[in-house]
Amino acid sequence: MSLQRRHPGLNLGAAHQEADDASEVLVFGFWVFMMSDLIVFGLLFATYATMLGATAGGPGPRDLFDLRSAFVETMLLLASSFTFGMASLALKYRRDRGRLLFWLGLTLALGAGFLGFEVHDFLAMIAKGGAPSRSGYLSAFFALVPLHGLHVTAASLWLVVLTVQSLVFGLDTRVKTGLLRLGILWHFLDLIWIGIFSFVYLAGLA
Amino acid sequence: MSGGATWDPLLGRLGLDALPFWSMIEHPTRPEIVNGSIATAAASVVVLGALAVVVLVTRKGWWRALWSDWLTSVDHKKIGIMYVVLAFVMLARGVVEAVLMRAQQAFGLGGGFLSPEHFGQLFSTHGTIMIFFVAMPFLSGLINFVMPLQIGARDVSFPVLNSISLGLTAAGAGLVMVSLVVGRFSTGGWSGYPPFTELAYSPGVGPDYWIWSVTLSSLGSTLTGVNFAVTIYKQRAPGMHLFRMPLFCWTALCTSILMIFAMPPLTVATLLLALDRYAGFHFFTTTLGGDMMNYANLFWLFGHPEVYILILPAFGVFSEVFSTFSGKRLYGYSSLVAATMVIAVLSFTVWLHHFFTMGQDADINAAFGIATMTIGIPTGVKVYDWLLTLFRGRVRLTTPMIYALGFTVLFVVGGLSGILLANPTIDFQVHNTLFLVAHFHNMLVPGLLFGMLAGYSFWFPKAFGFRLDERWGRISALAWIVGFMLAFFPLYALGLLGMPRRMVAFFQPAYLPWTIAAGLGGLVILFALFSLVVQLRVSVGAREANRVPVGDPWDGRSLEWATAAPPPEYNFPVLPEVGSRDPFMTAKEAGAAYQEPEAYEDIEMPANSALGALLCLCGGAAGFGLVWYLFWLVVPALAVALGALIARSFLRRTTRTIAAGEVRRTHRHWLAEVSRTAAVTRAGECDVRNRGRAVPAALEAAE
Ligand code: HEM
Ligand SMILES: [Cu+2]
Repeated sequence: MSLQRRHPGLNLGAAHQEADDASEVLVFGFWVFMMSDLIVFGLLFATYATMLGATAGGPGPRDLFDLRSAFVETMLLLASSFTFGMASLALKYRRDRGRLLFWLGLTLALGAGFLGFEVHDFLAMIAKGGAPSRSGYLSAFFALVPLHGLHVTAASLWLVVLTVQSLVFGLDTRVKTGLLRLGILWHFLDLIWIGIFSFVYLAGLA
Repeated sequence: MSGGATWDPLLGRLGLDALPFWSMIEHPTRPEIVNGSIATAAASVVVLGALAVVVLVTRKGWWRALWSDWLTSVDHKKIGIMYVVLAFVMLARGVVEAVLMRAQQAFGLGGGFLSPEHFGQLFSTHGTIMIFFVAMPFLSGLINFVMPLQIGARDVSFPVLNSISLGLTAAGAGLVMVSLVVGRFSTGGWSGYPPFTELAYSPGVGPDYWIWSVTLSSLGSTLTGVNFAVTIYKQRAPGMHLFRMPLFCWTALCTSILMIFAMPPLTVATLLLALDRYAGFHFFTTTLGGDMMNYANLFWLFGHPEVYILILPAFGVFSEVFSTFSGKRLYGYSSLVAATMVIAVLSFTVWLHHFFTMGQDADINAAFGIATMTIGIPTGVKVYDWLLTLFRGRVRLTTPMIYALGFTVLFVVGGLSGILLANPTIDFQVHNTLFLVAHFHNMLVPGLLFGMLAGYSFWFPKAFGFRLDERWGRISALAWIVGFMLAFFPLYALGLLGMPRRMVAFFQPAYLPWTIAAGLGGLVILFALFSLVVQLRVSVGAREANRVPVGDPWDGRSLEWATAAPPPEYNFPVLPEVGSRDPFMTAKEAGAAYQEPEAYEDIEMPANSALGALLCLCGGAAGFGLVWYLFWLVVPALAVALGALIARSFLRRTTRTIAAGEVRRTHRHWLAEVSRTAAVTRAGECDVRNRGRAVPAALEAAE
């Protein structure tokens, strides 16, 4: 069994027999769900692209974006993907829960940092007259970027729930398969953010 | 919140004028009284109907059973049945509304009896209900019931998610029903096009009812699609290769894939419209850079695949029906599979044909027109395959077969009118006329609806253990066919004469004979619906005589017929080993059906869960609160939903074990029943001789 990969991404492997079996269906199902979610982001990117010119005389990217802040956000989120990766490795290869919880805690902190910067950015934009009701362009921005933030919030909540469960139940099958799926979501959100950073922020200021 | 009108923190926008009879009391003019009385009567039917159900359940002492055997059940068969019940309830409303519209237009020369506002609500609710709360639940229900049985599984991959999907769909349907009693529905059609549905032009609650009911249903359908697709990929019995699956499973798979990719555009469209209406965004408004073309693209990016979500399962049903009632293997299995997949892929490449007239240049229109026409090719392949399945078969004209034959002829007619519409130059002439209405009903009624009704009569004995009355079934099928032709063929003529769709009245005497004919067709359709009710009533009354406990009333070919009717919760005592296509027929012909397994094992089944029912309540409450600006209701409803999801994830024991001994007992009991039952030839298929044990066609010839 150990050579056979059950699904794309990190596999738990034979040492986790029961959880590895359970992940067959659960993780596959989650991948399928992610495809559906990807469509949502794809459509919002497309909407954003068509509305680039629809500023209606209001402020545009140059008036509103703070590239330094967006860069910090990018670094925080990329780092959180790395720490989640370390958490996954700890889950797969280490028996002690402590190391896993350490990496998960770090991931959560980085995610919270990202969200903090992002909310700050949004408030700053609104203060500069860039509220979503100002123009079609800003509407499109505020549908796309905060939706990503909302996903990060949900993923962080999920992380908290799984952490609590690992303290209550230990690393049982449900916690392990939950972490596998959360990992997929977390890296997915990282990818979406790279899209946002490139197409929204960099291209907007270029 | 830029609610526009004033609203109260406690009552939101609710006021006495939300009651359907309020405006006729305030302005007792003749038209107000006519429209108010119709609306009030409809509202009373909803309220009294709900009350009657509550009284009946209480009087019979069914609450406990309703809760623990149905509402909290995660058994795919029960969820499937509940979906179909929902679909039938909503179908009744949808058909009554349709007949009311036909009546209005039969009297519509110079006015008619309905107000434009009332007529607008009618076509909007009718369209919304028929698509989201009849068609979608019906096909989700049939797939839910049949597909796991056909692939030899015990349940779907995610049984609790399945019950949540049902809950979300039911909550959406509930909102549409509530809109009949409190407030009014949208007048923006089933497609809800802005800017008409924006706050500036439709300040009332109507579009909000539409937005939230459709959003709930689209979320439910997305999750259903994920669930079905994963089930088909991961839950097939040993030996059930993809290319051994019955065709219905293939269509279920393609429909699920379409749901996964095509429901999100709808969710995005409705939610962006909600942002416009609730938070002052400018996606589709006429000012500040809003652009409704984005809505048109989003909506039809969903809308066109949606029509294939609707039709593919019907194709699946007809494939099963044709081969079963011709006593033959399905002709051209591989080509049918390929055609299904080609249709699924092409369905994403044609959405623009829904707005040929909205400003793109001729080249783009031509490209999409050609893409549209190519869908005719795989569809044609299917029709020939079905005809060749009939060819030299021993065809039995049972109820499902009558639907199937009606479908074959009428669907081709509808397809031809579709090919006409696919040509942009022709579309420019007839778009937005009744020609279009005739075309899509010509696909949806003989295609989708007949398919679902055929599936209902085909699998009903499997679900409930007794056959439906054949006489009333045939009457109903014929009435649907005749009624459909009478109600919709005149609309082709009306469309060519230039009569616009969605028009409450007209001033062209030339239209009148046609609208009267269509009105008569509406009455025949009403009769068809009535005969379905009679059929059910008669069949329930005569159920003892028509029981088919052995479970194979139609000399079936696939695995769902290999188990008892109704099947045990776990479907199969041991998972079947599949060695061929049509595995049950192969077993019957080899005399290897109804065997006792070598050993029985404990079976683990998912335990009941109240999560679906709870999310149904939360979704409905949140939707209602959003419609009426009762934000004190929205926040706790969403909080409870989230809390319940988290609490559920803390549950560690989510399954229940059925002991091997019990499985053995049940199975032996059934096997004894089988050997007691005389096998029946097809001559006795539709009478009391049929107890559900069939002499397989191949052996019948030898006998
Ligand atoms: C059972 C018999 C049916 C009758 C008599 C009927 C009748 C009608 C009528 C009179 C209209 C309004 C046409 C107009 O715009 O002037 C309409 C619209 C519509 N119907 Fe049906 N219908 C039937 C079944 C169905 C079914 C089964 C479906 C879908 C599954 C369906 C979906 C629609 C849709 C989507 C609209 C468009 C609503 C809009 O304009 O937004 N109908 N129908
Ligand atoms: Cu289309």
